Amino acid sequence: MTQPETAVDHYVGMFESLDHAEAGGAGELRRRAMDRFAGLGFPTMKNEDWHYTSVAPIATRSFNRTGSPTSLSAGELDQYLFDSPDWTRLVFVDGWLAPELSSVHDHPGVQISDLSSMLREGGKVPQLGTIADHETVAFTALNTALMQDGAVITVAGNVEVAQPIHLVFLSAHPVPQAASFPRNLVVLEKGARATVIESYVGLRDESYLTVSVTEIALGEGARLEHIKVQNESAGAFHVATIQARQERDSDLHSFSYASGAELSRTNVNTLLDGSGSSCTMNGMYMVSGSQHVDHQTSIEHAQPNTTSREIYKGILDGHSHGVFNGKVYVRPEAQKTDGKQSNNNLLLSDHARVDTKPQLEIFADDVKCTHGATVGRLDEVALFYMKSRGLDAEQARTLLIYAFAADVLEEITVKPVKDALEAAVFARVRGGKLEMASD
Amino acid sequence: MLEIKGLRANIGENEILKGIDLTVNKGEIHAVMGPNGSGKSTLAQVIAGHPAYEVTAGSVTYDGQDLLDMEPEERAQAGIFLAFQYPVEIPGVTNAYFLRSAYNAVRKARGEEEVDPLEFLDVMEEKMKLVDMDPSMLNRSVNAGFSGGEKKRNEIVQLAVLNPRLAILDETDSGLDIDALRIVADGVNKLRTPEKSAIVVTHYQRLLNYIVPDFVHVLAGGRIVKSGGKELALELEEHGYDWIQNEQSAAGAGSRA
Ligand SMILES: Nc1ncnc2c1ncn2[C@@H]1O[C@H](COP(=O)(O)OP(=O)(O)O)[C@@H](O)[C@H]1O
Ligand SMILES: [Mg+2]
Repeated sequence: MTQPETAVDHYVGMFESLDHAEAGGAGELRRRAMDRFAGLGFPTMKNEDWHYTSVAPIATRSFNRTGSPTSLSAGELDQYLFDSPDWTRLVFVDGWLAPELSSVHDHPGVQISDLSSMLREGGKVPQLGTIADHETVAFTALNTALMQDGAVITVAGNVEVAQPIHLVFLSAHPVPQAASFPRNLVVLEKGARATVIESYVGLRDESYLTVSVTEIALGEGARLEHIKVQNESAGAFHVATIQARQERDSDLHSFSYASGAELSRTNVNTLLDGSGSSCTMNGMYMVSGSQHVDHQTSIEHAQPNTTSREIYKGILDGHSHGVFNGKVYVRPEAQKTDGKQSNNNLLLSDHARVDTKPQLEIFADDVKCTHGATVGRLDEVALFYMKSRGLDAEQARTLLIYAFAADVLEEITVKPVKDALEAAVFARVRGGKLEMASD
Repeated sequence: MLEIKGLRANIGENEILKGIDLTVNKGEIHAVMGPNGSGKSTLAQVIAGHPAYEVTAGSVTYDGQDLLDMEPEERAQAGIFLAFQYPVEIPGVTNAYFLRSAYNAVRKARGEEEVDPLEFLDVMEEKMKLVDMDPSMLNRSVNAGFSGGEKKRNEIVQLAVLNPRLAILDETDSGLDIDALRIVADGVNKLRTPEKSAIVVTHYQRLLNYIVPDFVHVLAGGRIVKSGGKELALELEEHGYDWIQNEQSAAGAGSRA
């Protein structure tokens, strides 16, 4: 079907009304991206990257940016945070930095700023827009044109940031049909190490849209632990892209957790652009009701001796729909590539559905790549075994569901996050089926 | 304690149990022997409440209650325990967590206080010694990657923790070497009291040297074809199951004549 012209026009109009100060140092980049978005339009299901996910609910509504952050008290945040006082925390409300809710700990060799003030001062942000693809990816183009605020993190060579940096994106929009466009950039120079956590949460039940992009540049031997936690409100639409570029011997350890939103799509992409570089991409999604959750990952092995490990797990109840598409490309020069991918899904209802599509494109001959995808139900034999030991049906189901998720959650190296997500899974599977996502 | 009358059970279209009568009183140990495929595990699983088996006729009462009307967990909570012939692997659930959940579920049903992880550790240490099990298994997933012998011993650890009134051991001896067999049998014997009963399902007489039964029943073709005292097990050992089957068909021929 053709999409209404108005959807694209709406955002073009929004772009035209950006004030000059805000467009700031990224004026040209924004304009180019807006042109690209106008040319591309919202993707349709004919686009093979969107084959199982219809963005019609987004394309047929007109979302508007909220001009300034809704004011919130610190107490309203508590339930969404798993950080501790010694972490640096930047809180963005409705897309804008909320300084009174944020705290940045000074650390030698670490620069943490918010994008909006960097651009507003007319400043250029090196590497911004050079990693994520706004030329061919519509949502990245839209985000780039309309990007509001986010974190710009630079860690100097060989500096290790021991405490995680927590970026919290809260949606508290005062009116329905609001949108935010968070944009982050994380640059780790040679040998640097850091942990960055992105949390997306919604405080209101109205429908709203979040379109975020995070660009990551890892220098030689750098190591980034990146965790994304998506707990948007039940009526939310969420499209996020994490795009990394890795130099030799660098390591990206990524986890994407998705349990909120009516419709969510998370892209996690990396380019292993230096020999010896590696990535681990893990994730978990847990949905019920009429939720739709889509993950698309892309690992491009561009140089020899690169390694990737990927495990995504999904738990689906109700009439929910899960989509997983894991792409692994091995370029001709990427000999000795070692890649492993798996996607396992647990269906808790007859109406839940999963489309899982591993996609390996291998152009080198000396490679080791495996993948596997499963869609299953709770093991009846195990359930009987547990009941025969006195556990009631609910307890037995809860334990089995939890056990399904446990090994991938175990991979999260930041303990407070791991504990919080384990508790969230446990709370949600209580009673042996998924409760509706609540906020 | 347990009274089985005219029990018939199907799996799918196939009738496996074709009229079983068996009464187990308090304090008694009954051995159920028989060739492979005769329905021994089916009988055990039906008593435990496996949903795949359909009971088509007969009754099973346990302490005067209609057992067939109870959920598997209610049976466990009421003191019935089945040591599985093929214990089930549950990746991702630790033995410690599983055992404590089971222990607390059974205690709760009996109106007793639930215990916390620390208290439970004390309970566990004692029970694991009983079957010479390494405490490190507590942190491993239930039966996952266990050897055949470890799985069987783990069943006995669970038995010891849950302390049932009616224990059913389904070929707990198969796959155990003689030392392990002795350890398991010793463990079971230590749990014996005059209040408790057991049904010991086995293909071989060997285990019955250690767990001495009061009665021996031979199951063949879904029926108990012969019952006797412990000496019946020895006769079977000597003559094999063919002996019973021949005797049966001879008796059948005689009655028709
Ligand atoms: N799940 C099943 N599906 C189909 N047939 C089964 C199943 N379980 C058992 N049977 C059949 O029932 C009969 C009795 O099996 P079982 O009770 O396991 O015997 P035993 O324990 O005495 O060796 C066998 O013929 C077996 O093939
Ligand atoms: Mg058997």
